[in-house]
Amino acid sequence: MLQAPTLSEKKRSINDMNGTGVLLRIFKDYLFQTAVIVGSITVFVPLLLILGYIVRNGIAAVDWQFLTGPPRPIGEPGGGIANAIIGSAMLIVIASIIAVPIGIATGIYLSENRSSRAAVIVRMCIDILQGIPSIVVGIIAYAWIVVSSGTFSALSGGVALAFIMLPVIIRATEETMNMIPDTIREASLALGVSYTRTVLKVLVPAGVSGILTGILLSIARIAGETAPLLFTSFGNPYMSTDIFKPVDSLPHIIFNYAISPYPEWHTKAWGAALVLIVFVLGLNISAKILTRRWTVRF
Amino acid sequence: MDSPVLAIEHFSAGFGETQVLKDITLSVLPNRVTALMGPSGCGKTTLIRCINRMHELTPGATTSGRILLHGEDIYARNPILVRKKIGMVFQRPNPFPTMSIYNNVVAGYILNGIALKRQEKDRIVEDSLRKAALWDEVRDRLHKKGTFLSGGQQQRLCIARALAMNPDIMLMDEPTSALDPKATAYIEQLICDLKKNVTIILVTHNIAQAARVSDYTAFLYLGELIEFGTTEKMFTVPQDKRTEEYLSGKFG
Repeated sequence: MLQAPTLSEKKRSINDMNGTGVLLRIFKDYLFQTAVIVGSITVFVPLLLILGYIVRNGIAAVDWQFLTGPPRPIGEPGGGIANAIIGSAMLIVIASIIAVPIGIATGIYLSENRSSRAAVIVRMCIDILQGIPSIVVGIIAYAWIVVSSGTFSALSGGVALAFIMLPVIIRATEETMNMIPDTIREASLALGVSYTRTVLKVLVPAGVSGILTGILLSIARIAGETAPLLFTSFGNPYMSTDIFKPVDSLPHIIFNYAISPYPEWHTKAWGAALVLIVFVLGLNISAKILTRRWTVRF
Repeated sequence: MDSPVLAIEHFSAGFGETQVLKDITLSVLPNRVTALMGPSGCGKTTLIRCINRMHELTPGATTSGRILLHGEDIYARNPILVRKKIGMVFQRPNPFPTMSIYNNVVAGYILNGIALKRQEKDRIVEDSLRKAALWDEVRDRLHKKGTFLSGGQQQRLCIARALAMNPDIMLMDEPTSALDPKATAYIEQLICDLKKNVTIILVTHNIAQAARVSDYTAFLYLGELIEFGTTEKMFTVPQDKRTEEYLSGKFG
């Protein structure tokens, strides 16, 4: 039980307010605020430095031909990274085709069966999946697809990336669906709408902004992945659009050009890095805009 | 005397081990307002949710006994068909947030994949909104989102949505509990007007509301049906001591 303070206690607490204890507390408060601000700046400044550095080094390499032309042999001027852009696009599309439907379905399942035993197990599996190093995911895709099909391929790279996308999409979908009030579901069911139609026509449209945001962020997440592609999509100095053949990708071409001994290739690596960063940044900004514009008011 | 639309016979329901409703028997006459009244936790919401089989959506829900709609046991039929015949309006207005006012009214058709001609839809929308006394307020902005309306208007939109399906019975689960007094008065007037079109079962913990709008009243207490009869009779000469105490404000 709380007791009302006695008069002498009240006096003492009033005296405290003028004592050194108060000054110390004000000082601590000030110290904490400063620490928070310093922390924010230490995040912000390196990011700006990195972006600035990439732009400064890469902007010289980027022109129309760089974006649309295939690579040329060393010694020949010009040449571009079109093969890597196309390759990355293919990998993202393949990964999305695999991961988006499975991810949304799993997210809906988890949200609809929140406390079932299966949901708890599935959630644990997703956490583990998220924790698997991307190079290991690459090895798995290698063992499953590259070995059995006998060739490096865009498909195997896409599968590896899909594994990395999945947890992001599942979590985004689950959290979005959890936010939708039960009353909306009941409104639909009470109209004699089947469970399937209720989920697909009422709940998913109500959560569409969150689900799309999750997809965009998961694409941003995989666009720069290099490790799982090393022995799956493998890299390819030529333009290829065959999903059963090796393809180049932006992270891959950055790696190859960066470790080469030629200064002009280094510039190309910076250029490719700039393209990749702009793409990822664009996805992140689109996700923010999408969330703001499309969020459904309940 | 009309034959009852709905007959509840020795009906019990609960969640897992807990028994919420005990052996309820009552019948509902067509084009009347029947109020289910009682203190919180007496099972009135559970009972109304059993009538359109929403109760069983809660994990662990149990039921026994029969509920007959036009003499046919609804527990022997597909719940989806039952819910098309028995509409429901909830405590809190819940228009579909992604849909316009227009689409909210015909949501039952859209979501069930029933294709309607444009004129047919227009007719249903106008007719239902008129019945729900909302037409004049929203006729110019039918294609705006339903969630931009005020709480009372949203609730009337939900009533229109239920009416659009042309139900035999409309269940109302404390439809005014989230509304201000003015909107409440409006909805109560609406309930009185609606009964020429549809049979209404109204859940309320508000004694005065039951007295104002209902023709028949059922008093539930601790999951049992204590008394059922015409509202006039129950409010003037209650048969059971508990009814009398509840009506006079001794508990609940």
